[in-house]
Amino acid sequence: MRSTLSLRPGPRPRRRATEGRQAELVLAGLASCSLLALGLIFVFLVKEALPLFKSYPFEDFVRGLEWQPTSTNVRFGLVPLLAGTFLVTLGAAVIAVPLSLGVALFVSEVAPKRIRELLKPGLELLAAIPSVVYGFFGMVVLARWLQGVFGLTSGLNAFNGSILLAVMALPTMVTLSEDALRAVPESYRNASLAMGASRWETMIHVTLPSARAGVAAAVILGLGRVIGETMTVLMVTGNAAQISFSFFDSVRTMTATIAAEMAECAWGTPHYHALFAVGAALFLITFVFNAVADILLRRGARG
Amino acid sequence: MRNGRTLGRAVTMWLALALAMAAAVGMVSGCAKETAAGSLVVKGSDTLVNLSAAWAEAFMEANEGVEISVQGGGSSTGFKALIDGMADLANASRPIKDSERQALEAKGKVPVAHVVACDAVNMVVHPSNPIRSLTMQQLSAILTGQVTNWKSLGGEDRPITVYSRETSSGTYAFVREHVMGDQDYVFSARLMPSSESILQAVSQDATAIGYVGLGYVTEAVRVLAVAVDDASPAVPPSIETVNDGSYPVARPLFVYSAGEPGDLGKAFIEFCTSEAGRAITEEMGFVPVGS
Repeated sequence: MRSTLSLRPGPRPRRRATEGRQAELVLAGLASCSLLALGLIFVFLVKEALPLFKSYPFEDFVRGLEWQPTSTNVRFGLVPLLAGTFLVTLGAAVIAVPLSLGVALFVSEVAPKRIRELLKPGLELLAAIPSVVYGFFGMVVLARWLQGVFGLTSGLNAFNGSILLAVMALPTMVTLSEDALRAVPESYRNASLAMGASRWETMIHVTLPSARAGVAAAVILGLGRVIGETMTVLMVTGNAAQISFSFFDSVRTMTATIAAEMAECAWGTPHYHALFAVGAALFLITFVFNAVADILLRRGARG
Repeated sequence: MRNGRTLGRAVTMWLALALAMAAAVGMVSGCAKETAAGSLVVKGSDTLVNLSAAWAEAFMEANEGVEISVQGGGSSTGFKALIDGMADLANASRPIKDSERQALEAKGKVPVAHVVACDAVNMVVHPSNPIRSLTMQQLSAILTGQVTNWKSLGGEDRPITVYSRETSSGTYAFVREHVMGDQDYVFSARLMPSSESILQAVSQDATAIGYVGLGYVTEAVRVLAVAVDDASPAVPPSIETVNDGSYPVARPLFVYSAGEPGDLGKAFIEFCTSEAGRAITEEMGFVPVGS
């Protein structure tokens, strides 16, 4: 099975045993370093977040409907930020999932080799564009366009963010789902074609369902990128901390809040700890996303 | 072999260049130093803390042996430290209160105020907005969300969209304290990461109102004149109207000393309004005072 995520060791050629063991030890050490870093980051986040709840009730943080961190009567309600992140992510998913599935199917099943060789690097180049450039484009070009097309007073809204994040998620989603599609054994396709199914029917009813676990993982990993993206949303969503379910309203995401407020927030204040609490919540969300993706991939690998 | 030698030569050249640059920097900074030793503790307003620190840094660079420590905590904290003798100078974004003056006089000292800079913002709207001026009360009503349509201010029937700076910005705090009487911004206020992004957004949104520092205005937005109340004339913002106190969305920022400041304190306060100090003031987004 070809997959970027489950790199399983192949059969190992028997050579000088000691050299191999040393290399293995080094690699294991490096791998556990990254695990250790992950653990330490989470411990640090929680440690910096906890002091908030000495002065501010946990319940009010989790269920609070207002984010007014520098008011005379401070309120650190997570709900508007959560709602903002949710709305932007939902919009990005609605745009990016069908688009990236279509592109992945085209690249893996339909496109002639030459077009595929042009399309794949092009898509991967999308991932190389810095997010501040996406944000600048959104602020100056896309905002004005949205304003004109939909007759809005301002183009700085959740929809603007969703469109840009969808584009930013495309490379991840397409590359990983294409890998999953190509990992479907050729014999499946041949069997389907031999049964008289057309290429289209084979693609939709045989290839895609066989690769569904990998495709689902691709989608989830792509969305993980969307949730964590900061600069672009900070620049294009307008950052109003209001709870809204309209894509044409301005929203404030968790990432944008941290980025905008951390720089000048006094060390050790409740506001400082509240931003860490937001960070810890964000970490938990992306952790769950990645865990689900990994479980799906393992299930897919098992068959 | 030849490659190795070329590389060696390049390294030597860069090293020599770096040395020359370091020597030049040393000579220049050596010349600029004047002699005035001593230390100052400056404490107070959070509005002024960054500006004050920037002044102190430049002042220390120009005067060898001088140690200036700048601390925030708020105007009240600064006055308390001045009264207790824990600070030489107090930064304040408001005039001293009577109670604080009396406490200082009880110690046999008279507070002396020095205006070192001003806080001021331009209120900006879309160029198509027929509104030319607003009163302070109207501004407060708009920013807190009590007024949500331009019609009730004598404009066209359009909703109002508020563009503000981020919560951590000094300008955000200034507008909330000075214009809104410490009330909260309306929830739908869009918090933009920079003054440039406010200008960009306001120039594209016919319903917009926003604020930016005095130096930031472009042709793409309209700057409003502001009146203290209905009975007063509306005054357009400029360095002159801020300095003479007629433009209302502005406030003087003070450094207070207990009695006349000592030599070092006096030199530092003079530096704040000197040519070099005023350049720093402007760079930090405040309005310089003095001529």
